Amino acid sequence: MLPPGTGVAPEPPVAQAGDLPARRLGGVLSIAWQNKLAMAGLATAIGLTLFSFAGPLLYHPNETATNLILANLPPSAGHPLGTTPEGRDELGQLMVGGQSTLEVGFAVAILGTAFGMIWGAISGYIGGIVDALLMRIVDALLAIPFLFFVVLLASITTPSLTIIVLAITAASWQSTARLVRGEVLSLRTRDYVDASRHMGARHLHVVFRHLLPNVTGTVVVTATLSMADAILIYAAVAFLGLSVPPPATSWGDLLTTGINNLFNGYWWQLWPPACAIVLIVLAVNLLGDGMHDMVENRLDHR
Amino acid sequence: MLSYLIRRFLQAVLVMLIVSVVVFVILHALPGGLVRAQLGPRASTYSVDQLERTEGLLKPLPVQFGIWLLHLLEGNFGFSYKLNQPVAGLLAHYLPRTLLLVGISSVLTVAIGVPMGLWQGYRRNKPDDHALSASMLILYAMPDFLLGVILIILLSLDLPVLPSTATAFGASLPTDISVLVLPIAALTLGNVSYYSRYMRSSVIDNMLEDYVRTARAKGNSRRRVLVKHVLRNSLSSTITNLGLTLPYVFSGALIIEELFNFPGIGLLFWNASQSRDYPVLLGVVLVVTASVVVGSLLADIGYAIIDPRVRYA
Repeated sequence: MLPPGTGVAPEPPVAQAGDLPARRLGGVLSIAWQNKLAMAGLATAIGLTLFSFAGPLLYHPNETATNLILANLPPSAGHPLGTTPEGRDELGQLMVGGQSTLEVGFAVAILGTAFGMIWGAISGYIGGIVDALLMRIVDALLAIPFLFFVVLLASITTPSLTIIVLAITAASWQSTARLVRGEVLSLRTRDYVDASRHMGARHLHVVFRHLLPNVTGTVVVTATLSMADAILIYAAVAFLGLSVPPPATSWGDLLTTGINNLFNGYWWQLWPPACAIVLIVLAVNLLGDGMHDMVENRLDHR
Repeated sequence: MLSYLIRRFLQAVLVMLIVSVVVFVILHALPGGLVRAQLGPRASTYSVDQLERTEGLLKPLPVQFGIWLLHLLEGNFGFSYKLNQPVAGLLAHYLPRTLLLVGISSVLTVAIGVPMGLWQGYRRNKPDDHALSASMLILYAMPDFLLGVILIILLSLDLPVLPSTATAFGASLPTDISVLVLPIAALTLGNVSYYSRYMRSSVIDNMLEDYVRTARAKGNSRRRVLVKHVLRNSLSSTITNLGLTLPYVFSGALIIEELFNFPGIGLLFWNASQSRDYPVLLGVVLVVTASVVVGSLLADIGYAIIDPRVRYA
């Protein structure tokens, strides 16, 4: 973001619509505190992150070796959540699987949102031929149903965590771009944008100072949703048999194992990963909803 | 309006052109080339040369692209050497089934999701809104296939009323209906949660707008403003969403077809990926994408009809 006043005459009073950085943070925190659901979501997300990343420091069964004597055991004192078909401890596998799942979620949310926001803002603000071209590319990429695209790529390349992150990101940024572009398209005709332009503000200033702050609400909600979506897509990709190579695993892989053993009645392989996925997606969505409410609150007070 | 329609149609054609370039590039990025993929790693150099010559793979790439595109326009999608059938025939056989699945599911999704979201936005923060929001959130948080598995557990295992696989599709109408219920339900429930969520927040956003205050100030009841003004405004974004979510519905169909063994284009695609049947893989990507493009074209036309505010740059 440009420092205030760069290349511009004194800030016009009309141009301060989305411009409350210092007050905003304090306000957001106090509203967040009041929003218990969002806080519960945040706590759950932090809890699951600790479970996945700090858990293995406290609880360390053998997560690499295959031991068929221990295969498919129901929960017991030694294995609180039973064992997998490879004879690994289900609880330990949940921790290991959570790592790749959360990593994919975070990475895709950050990469995809940043890219989509910039793409959409440029497209909506410049308009004309550039807009048409950028949006046709978005259309073309959006039109290919994502899972088909990933399966196609996977039948050519070997899946790895990086490839999966890139593939899901490649399929996740377009909706943000479209949303931001739409918002910018309607915002750029507003009076305060005109005023800022007539005061001699540069395009970058207008985009970063007046347009993007006004789409933050939409984008924050989209980013949160896209993390949840990325986790869901990762699970779907795993269900289709494309995932990180073993012994690494993910909640989607574990869930798929549970589904394959559905008719054997190995419930301990099905419900723990199912609950883990639903919990994290739910938590992230609650957080997103809370943020949505905060943004609304800001608009209410305007 | 007519010029908009023409322009939008040309855009759709352009999108399909970009997609076909992408597909063509993938086709030619295959390790070892298409002929190696077809003849296997042990084929002699002579037979590879021979096939490359007869398939026209020695011509310059742009020429090949042109020929390939012309063939596509004639309905020639190539030949599946794994299934020993023309790809076009396979697509024509399996695509309508998936379109049926996706079509019924989309109609049900909007028919359930939009009124539900409208109601929730209207009853914002009341107990019934909270109850609906909570159940929709849990549905939304489930992967499609988990939803399908839970439906199988409930309605095929615990209470054996519906078949857990859809392999029998195409036998007779009653079988088809019973076989379709679970896949459609699984595909629809997940998307309903998306629409009602979206609709709810859209309604709530719209309720803050000036035009709502004006309409209320003129003495309209809250309910009337909701149906006459807010619904119309929120509906336009729902229609855009319908076009936007079509790829996701098709992706969902891939998962659901795999889970229920429903013999649609998703399963064809999945089997082709297992046997590395590239002509089928690429043909499926093309027709599925074409379906999405046609679908979103229709959605955009609907958007333009319903929302005259939009200024097209």
